[in-house]
Amino acid sequence: MTGKARGRWLVVAIPYLWLLALFLIPFLIVFKISLSQDAIAQPPYTPVFDLAAGWAAFRESLGELSIDNYGYVLSWDNEFIEAYGSSLWIAGISTVLLLLVGYPIAYAMARAPKSIRPTLLMLVILPFWTSFLIRVYAWMGILSPEGLLNQLLIALGIISPDAPLQILATDTAVYIGIVYSYLPFMILPLYSALEKMDETLLEAAADLGCPPLAAFWKITWPLSLPGVFAGCLLCFIPAVGEFVIPDLLGGSDTLMIGKVLWTEFSVNRSWTVSSAVAVLLLLVLVVPIVFYQNVQQRQLEGR
Amino acid sequence: MSAGVAEKTQKTIGGIRRKFAPWKDPSAVPLIRFQNVTKRFGDFIAIENLSLDIYEREFFALLGPSGCGKTTLMRMLAGFEEPNEGRITLAGEDLVGTPPYRRPVNMMFQSYALFPHMSVWDNIAFGLRQDGMEKGAVAARVEEMLKLVKLGQFAKRKPHQLSGGQRQRVALARSLAKRPKVLLLDEPLGALDKKLREETQFELMDIQMELGMTFLIVTHDQEEAMTVADRIAVMNHGKLVQVDQPAVIYEHPNSRYVADFVGDVNILDATVVSVEPGLVTVRPVAAPDMLFRIAQDCPAKVGDSVAIALRPEKLRVELDPPADASVNCLSGEIWDIGYLGDLSIYHVELPGGSRVKAAKPNLTRMVERPISWDDKVYVSFSPDAGVVLTS
Repeated sequence: MTGKARGRWLVVAIPYLWLLALFLIPFLIVFKISLSQDAIAQPPYTPVFDLAAGWAAFRESLGELSIDNYGYVLSWDNEFIEAYGSSLWIAGISTVLLLLVGYPIAYAMARAPKSIRPTLLMLVILPFWTSFLIRVYAWMGILSPEGLLNQLLIALGIISPDAPLQILATDTAVYIGIVYSYLPFMILPLYSALEKMDETLLEAAADLGCPPLAAFWKITWPLSLPGVFAGCLLCFIPAVGEFVIPDLLGGSDTLMIGKVLWTEFSVNRSWTVSSAVAVLLLLVLVVPIVFYQNVQQRQLEGR
Repeated sequence: MSAGVAEKTQKTIGGIRRKFAPWKDPSAVPLIRFQNVTKRFGDFIAIENLSLDIYEREFFALLGPSGCGKTTLMRMLAGFEEPNEGRITLAGEDLVGTPPYRRPVNMMFQSYALFPHMSVWDNIAFGLRQDGMEKGAVAARVEEMLKLVKLGQFAKRKPHQLSGGQRQRVALARSLAKRPKVLLLDEPLGALDKKLREETQFELMDIQMELGMTFLIVTHDQEEAMTVADRIAVMNHGKLVQVDQPAVIYEHPNSRYVADFVGDVNILDATVVSVEPGLVTVRPVAAPDMLFRIAQDCPAKVGDSVAIALRPEKLRVELDPPADASVNCLSGEIWDIGYLGDLSIYHVELPGGSRVKAAKPNLTRMVERPISWDDKVYVSFSPDAGVVLTS
């Protein structure tokens, strides 16, 4: 192998090694745990592969693996399926809200004078400089019955002091939390799609008799679709597995798979069932992830 | 396009064009009128108190260097810019305040501005559908346009699957599809290579004649303007410097600026010695013992400083002195020779140090030409070759 070929091989190998060590191997470990049984032991499941015990013992351990945990998770008697559905629903609604809020902001940023665009981008990214957890806690302070929002509305005389708005510990609070936290992930891909659009295209549309609003739907919107897809998937995928926001802002009846997983792991101390929940969550998300990859690929080939 | 078509095009256009001169007819009503139009961008005056009439079926060129205001003038007609002062009328209707999507003009953009997510067919159909034309009529018109620009087999392609020349044709077809009263062309051929550009110029003229439309073209390429246009407006700093037919602009420039901008020219400073009807005698600064006689009526007075414009192709370069070397003749040394194949350009250095360019067609197949570097030569011209410029 020549030096050049070796160099090329190295460049290709590094990301794959990274993925292998930090994604694939941990995933295989989780997958293996999901096929094990709970046990009062350290670690709290059996079998435990012990390579020192030899080949025969390893084969015996393999025989002990079963898919019972999956049967348990997928059984209608337990609330897991409901939690998956509810997670997808909440993530879906949140994504639509994010798009409705994020698109006008991204559009305004992309049409702003070139000199102030970096500042606007900075402002979008700025919240990341504060801990995510603190920002979610801050929303508790805003949304609680004695919180800033209710105080303001009472002071303005819009609502009576006896009946403050009950937002905290409802799904509405979860939507607010998700939209607030994920907004940059929606705005940035939309902005990048809108910003590279040639404004002469809108002049051409106007020249051919197309009023501004129609030109938006016929030119701007279709050309921004790659950004719309990217933004929606970037928000939807992590929102499905969201734990902190429903835990802190949601009520006891807010059912999301991240919360269920947490309960299963730390309250019920069942590593095996929580692993099975995690593997199934991944399967649920593979569909949108593959879709996202596809869109990206098409975009790369398009130009 | 084949050479045969180009020839035919030129002949038909030539025949009609020779008689076409509505600007000389005082009873003709202009289609487009700019009346005392001023356009400012902040402190910058892009167009200054400009008035211009353009007639129906005219192929009109706005020519000037970048930043002279020609594009602004066109964009005001399209509706993308509004004038600060003055009126712009089209067929008698005041256009000021009308948004671009309600103006009966269409524009072909310099960047083509084709919609990247639509096929060629949909691009051309865009304006027609916008007008609510019914389906069958849209299809018929699009097919007609595709045929006109010879792109029939590319109808289903997306713009990024086309070559630069093909995109240019799609842009042209799209802007023509609505049969606008006026077609605006913003540097339409700027992105094409030289050969394709020359072919397309003739095609544009052909299409303009065939559809009987008014074309307004913006260009900084003076050859392009001369080739396609019935009339040219030479612009500088937001003002019209000269508006006339290409041949008048070239042969009778009204100022140093026009003489210099359009074509190649030698400009020599001179002092007026005598003025008679139809004849001006001047003494060039570069050769104080020589007199130039120029056959021209001239408003200048004796003693005025003027400029003499001499086109290189109108100068004779010879090794032997001409029969009468006392007037319209300069002597000097060959400083450089530019061999272009069809022509050779001789740069002659005069005793004072200034240089003149003379072009000589290479009529015979000689590799070694008789005139060579450092030869002493005579540059002469006839009285009707030069132009006296007073501004």
